[in-house]
Amino acid sequence: MPTYPDDASIVVDHVTKDFKLRHHRTMKQMTVAALRRQQLSTSFSALDDVNFTVRQGESIGIMGLNGSGKSTLLKLINGIMRPDRGEVLTRGRIAGLIATGTGFHQQLSGRDNIFMNAAVLGMSEAETRRKLDSIIEFADIGQHLDSQVGHYSSGMTSRLGFAIAIHVDSDIFLADEVLAVGDKPFKKKCLEKMQEIRDSGRTLFYVSHAAGSVRKMCDRVIVLESGRVGYDGPVDAGIRYLHYEEENETEEEHADDELGADV
Amino acid sequence: MSAPVLRKVDAPLSSPAATSGLFEVFRRRYLLKLLVRREISARYQGSFLGLFWSYLQPASRLAMYYFVFGILLARPIENFAIHLFAGLVIVHYFTETFSSGTRSIVRNKGVVQKMAVPREMFPVASMLVSAYHVIPGLVLLSGFCVLLGWTPDPVGIAAGLLGFLLVAVLGTACALLFSVANVFFRDFSNVVSLLTMFVTFSVPMMYPYSIVEHRFGEFAKFYLFNPLAEAVLLFQRCFWVGTTDHPKAIIATNMPDHLFAIGFAHLAGGLVALVIAQLVFARFESKIPERL
Repeated sequence: MPTYPDDASIVVDHVTKDFKLRHHRTMKQMTVAALRRQQLSTSFSALDDVNFTVRQGESIGIMGLNGSGKSTLLKLINGIMRPDRGEVLTRGRIAGLIATGTGFHQQLSGRDNIFMNAAVLGMSEAETRRKLDSIIEFADIGQHLDSQVGHYSSGMTSRLGFAIAIHVDSDIFLADEVLAVGDKPFKKKCLEKMQEIRDSGRTLFYVSHAAGSVRKMCDRVIVLESGRVGYDGPVDAGIRYLHYEEENETEEEHADDELGADV
Repeated sequence: MSAPVLRKVDAPLSSPAATSGLFEVFRRRYLLKLLVRREISARYQGSFLGLFWSYLQPASRLAMYYFVFGILLARPIENFAIHLFAGLVIVHYFTETFSSGTRSIVRNKGVVQKMAVPREMFPVASMLVSAYHVIPGLVLLSGFCVLLGWTPDPVGIAAGLLGFLLVAVLGTACALLFSVANVFFRDFSNVVSLLTMFVTFSVPMMYPYSIVEHRFGEFAKFYLFNPLAEAVLLFQRCFWVGTTDHPKAIIATNMPDHLFAIGFAHLAGGLVALVIAQLVFARFESKIPERL
């Protein structure tokens, strides 16, 4: 077994994750396709021999185009999926958001969902009760707290999801496009909170398209290109690598950039 | 950028997806409790009669079966309603666990795809929810028995508990196995409804066990290879036997010899099935999120 540094927080060791695209689902379709000698499925690597180590306290910005494997990587680190080859190792408690609307139950009220979601993230009942007021205050969704989450707007859902996730006493914080749906004041609040998380020495793993917020938040950038690590290093060079920065950017665009508008 | 605080994490590097299967489920009892509570409250949400349905449904089922088999077809069985209902309660527990457990992972898609939870959690929660819904049936059943002059005996109670345990273990095993199968092919929920129908007629509740012995003779013991037939007999031993005029005679004619020995053998078989189900589950579990 290879040795990893003592302060390693996330180890992604030559990880490959393949997905199968099944073209046919029913027996009838499969039989017809087999008779015509068509391919039944094609497989592709969402992640292909990805290899890096993150030290405790680092904040990493993961960038890349849509479909480059960012979310798959996050799911592997979060433990939702397992790699087909290679190994993913983490140290300590993980909290975070995989896209928005993180597995809420539509029929339950916001309040009940706080308890459920916190429990899924590994919080005990006492811990949840202790942090409940603070979570409610951060989410700031007013009287909607006691109505069904199914009736929430996407902004409200992500507010609640983010509020719960940041209150988990985690060692690693994962954030995937969290800021894409919130309004400006909320995005700002989230960024501040994430800076707080980073400054407290927790490992931050931030997936974003917004060069500005990555520059603000992270001290290292990893760029994924169709499942492979295209770049791993300092932030500014990483953003240049992606050509995200156009020469003639207006002030307005720049401001959006900082707050994490989605591309 | 400000220098980050050094934070020392006192934990070993480990796989974030590590799970120890069913043990993990019981380690996270609080989450399990929340899941079970949610299922229970979701079941009758928006319904005016609420929990009352849990009484109305078994009661009307009982009335219907009783009318057809007890009156129209006039079976010569003492307290036929109890004979039938005792079986119905336990069979219903099994079929509920089996069918809701089979659908459980697909139904909780949202959570399964986005959060790291031991996925065994969902079929186990289904089993517990079904157990909760057995309570109204048991209340109705006991009430009925008392009206007919039921005298509970310790051996009978033990039989009832054994039957319940047997179904719980077996139901969990089936739910576990089929919940993961259902992710790959939704056909499995149809297979389950087929099996459910088969189960209803393969147990001695609409007909007495004495018929089976009479017709099959030597081969009656193969009939008892069906764990649910055994569970139904155990439940009848608990409730029905005590309501009849001559329990001893009933036990001699309507209960197999070695009732308990067979019961424990089935329980052991159920535990083996559970271990196998867990192994199969663990084998396919990692493919669940991408196949949902």
